Amino acid sequence: MSEINVLLIFIIASALIAVEAKDLLSGVIAIGAAGIGLSMAFLVLKAPELAILQLVVEILALIVLISATIKRDLPFSTSGRWLFNTISTFVFVIVFLGCAHEAFKALPQFGQSREIGAAAQIYVTNAATISGERNIVSAILHDRVFDSVAEFALVFAAVVGVLAVGRRNAKTHEAPHE
Amino acid sequence: MNERGMTFIVKMVTRLTLAFILLYGFYIALHGYRSPGGGFAGGIIVALSFVHIMLAFGKEAALKTLKPSRLRAIVGLAGIVLLSLALPFPWADGIPARGLLASFCDMILVGCGFFLVFIGLVTLSKSDGEVE
Repeated sequence: MSEINVLLIFIIASALIAVEAKDLLSGVIAIGAAGIGLSMAFLVLKAPELAILQLVVEILALIVLISATIKRDLPFSTSGRWLFNTISTFVFVIVFLGCAHEAFKALPQFGQSREIGAAAQIYVTNAATISGERNIVSAILHDRVFDSVAEFALVFAAVVGVLAVGRRNAKTHEAPHE
Repeated sequence: MNERGMTFIVKMVTRLTLAFILLYGFYIALHGYRSPGGGFAGGIIVALSFVHIMLAFGKEAALKTLKPSRLRAIVGLAGIVLLSLALPFPWADGIPARGLLASFCDMILVGCGFFLVFIGLVTLSKSDGEVE
């Protein structure tokens, strides 16, 4: 359980930086770091599906937030730091390739499944009796389709919210207060 | 027209990587009913590929790639198929590869929905800038 403690410290530290940062872009990047840490925590807690979902949603939210804040203030600090930038780029590439090599070695072979954990064993033993289906695959599929309908309702609510906000803005022509 | 969007490097990288991002979204969605993944994550990756076009080339290019009439037809078809899989119709048990079909329709709906949400947000921030 030492990895999860390290990840929790990382998430709390980046959340504090996001609150205390002076400019908006640093705060947005720190929020992104907190989300990536949460995704890694899901992965350590053996929930890879949630980890993929958290990672993807975090990237989308980060793009939206950066495109919203990048016009407001954009601190440039590219001049006079080319040595630091080059060295940090090379170090990042080396660390990334090393971690990717280790991660690909830890993956199971193609076509082989992982070993069944304690939580998955509950599904295997109880799925037929709880859901009343003939086999576990169709039980999971029924579950999945209702899950998809709920996700679609979520997306529909998001689209309706954006339409409502845009319509109010187009009608009143209020100048935003800075 | 060529001046819109980002620089030449970003446009070239977008052209090269776009097909791979779309393929990865399809992989996550279709592989997801038996392994980690699923229609929601795959749909967001598909939406991210169109967001990628929009950031690199501008909003008009992204909407030209995905015409609104075609978008409406795709979303309607996917919604009808997903509802016919979810509701207990008598023919629902006979459909082959239900899980794959459900994941695919889910991917289409989520991808189009998040792409439209992103277009709406960008249009809002653009109109904010014009008012200022």
